[in-house]
Amino acid sequence: MSLSKADVEKIAHLARLAISEQDIELYSRNLSNILALVEQMNKVDTSAVLPMAHPLDTAQRLRDDVVTETNQRETFQAIAPQVDCGLYLVPQVLE
Amino acid sequence: MHTLRLAALSAGLKAKKFSSAELTRGFLQRIAAHDKQLNAFVTVAEESALKQANAADARLAKGQAVALTGVPLAQKDIFCTQGVKTTCGSKMLANFIAPYSATVVQRCDDAGMVMLGKTNMDEFAMGSSNETSYFGPVRNPYDLNAVPGGSSGGSAAAVAARLAPIATGTDTGGSIRQPAALCNLTGLKPTYGRVSRYGMIAFASSLDQGGPMARSAEDVALLMNVIAGFDSNDSTSVDTPVPDYTADLTKSLAGLRIGIPKEFFGQGLDTKVEQVIRDALKQYERLGAKIKEISLPNSGLSVPTYYVVAPAECSSNLSRFDGVRYGYRCDQPVDLVDLYKRSRGEGFGAEVKRRIMIGTYALSSGYYDAYYLKAQKLRRLISDDFKNAYKEIDVIMGPTSPTVAFNLGEKTDDPVTMYLSDIYTIAVNLAGIPGMSIPVGFVGQRPVGLQLMGNYFDEARLLNIAHQYQQATDWHLRAPKGFE
Repeated sequence: MSLSKADVEKIAHLARLAISEQDIELYSRNLSNILALVEQMNKVDTSAVLPMAHPLDTAQRLRDDVVTETNQRETFQAIAPQVDCGLYLVPQVLE
Repeated sequence: MHTLRLAALSAGLKAKKFSSAELTRGFLQRIAAHDKQLNAFVTVAEESALKQANAADARLAKGQAVALTGVPLAQKDIFCTQGVKTTCGSKMLANFIAPYSATVVQRCDDAGMVMLGKTNMDEFAMGSSNETSYFGPVRNPYDLNAVPGGSSGGSAAAVAARLAPIATGTDTGGSIRQPAALCNLTGLKPTYGRVSRYGMIAFASSLDQGGPMARSAEDVALLMNVIAGFDSNDSTSVDTPVPDYTADLTKSLAGLRIGIPKEFFGQGLDTKVEQVIRDALKQYERLGAKIKEISLPNSGLSVPTYYVVAPAECSSNLSRFDGVRYGYRCDQPVDLVDLYKRSRGEGFGAEVKRRIMIGTYALSSGYYDAYYLKAQKLRRLISDDFKNAYKEIDVIMGPTSPTVAFNLGEKTDDPVTMYLSDIYTIAVNLAGIPGMSIPVGFVGQRPVGLQLMGNYFDEARLLNIAHQYQQATDWHLRAPKGFE
């Protein structure tokens, strides 16, 4: 699988990554090489194999549905890039 | 004092031969004197370390000390530390101060250990040479032209150069074992779920596991006694009893069944490294072990499988870095999408961006079955190979890394070449079993590590197997020139 410049631009957009114009070619070469490595997977027939999502094949542990977290808004917002009146600020989204 | 290992440090503190404050100042002075050469630390936590040391001394004086009270350590900069910067080797988190501490850090604090600082690492633990760090590469104390390995390269260099008695690392595809091998250390990646991942910045959640990097198996066991165990804050933490990891160290290895996978001795393995590994296996035979050749037929597909699973999970985990809630934000965003894209584009380095894009592609509509699902199926085959092998042997051994430490800059041009440095370590993460690397010799002045791979939750046995070798050999005692 070889990725074109347009493929890389699309993937970068999906991943919300700004990539400079001059770097796109390098990324398309690097990513194509990585995908060529990955495609060695196709050497093995896995049609009868169950996918493994967890190394110990266990299910998610459940706990009682009770409140365990306290409100720490001020602590968390102290490290935010921009806040005002307890709100995270971002550029205007609605006209 | 910097040459002493953990048991001696602990005994010295309890016997009042030296105080924790003296010990801490001694290590801080060594860091100040030597770390310019190595760049092993991103942050030296001088002030908080001395505070912790004084508290430890008070605890020692009151007779309330536990095994490692007052003993200094270094934490990999992937573990969140309340009040001390946690950068994860990234511009994205260059000024990040976590609002809470990781469970591993909390347990070390509770034991009265002293955190000297936070160690350099590949950005978000993605790398095998410590060259992707935003804070610059780390140098290998055994040869300053060589990489220390990665991603826990700063921890490896710090402990090897005797700038810290012990350090933590994390291992997603070999990031404890490979730098341990390249820096003549003993490193343990525990069974998945054995050590809490809470507050350990996530790279690939189904693979990541923290563990100790030290100068002996005994030291690793002592720190495992502090950090291992169930944590309700980590939903993948395993709730099974934790043994005393030092209890079995002295057991004899007579009758131990060692499996040698033929796939780990094929093309790609440096012949001089192979010779050192074969000599180490002979030493195990002298200790009473029996060696049997085995096969892990699917292990050759570990690297391709890993480079789907790990990037897919990384693309998901790293989506949290959005320039809104914490971390780097770009200047003057014109709109929300611009804010996301430029904050991430400017905040992440090239390797992290590559992996996010590979993961995004593998998970994107229409490709899921061909990549992620396929990789999960191979993951089962790779894991089943280990399960089958453990029916007739107790431990698997082979090289940790196909070569000794390579030169700085040697593999930075081609990501795939770099990925193949982890050819022998990745299968262990995919299966979730514990793995170790121990020092077994040198090629020239660069160290060689032997990898030990155990069955699930067999950490105590691996430590016993490592310790017995270290009772019979002195490779682990060799110090790098200029750092003795």
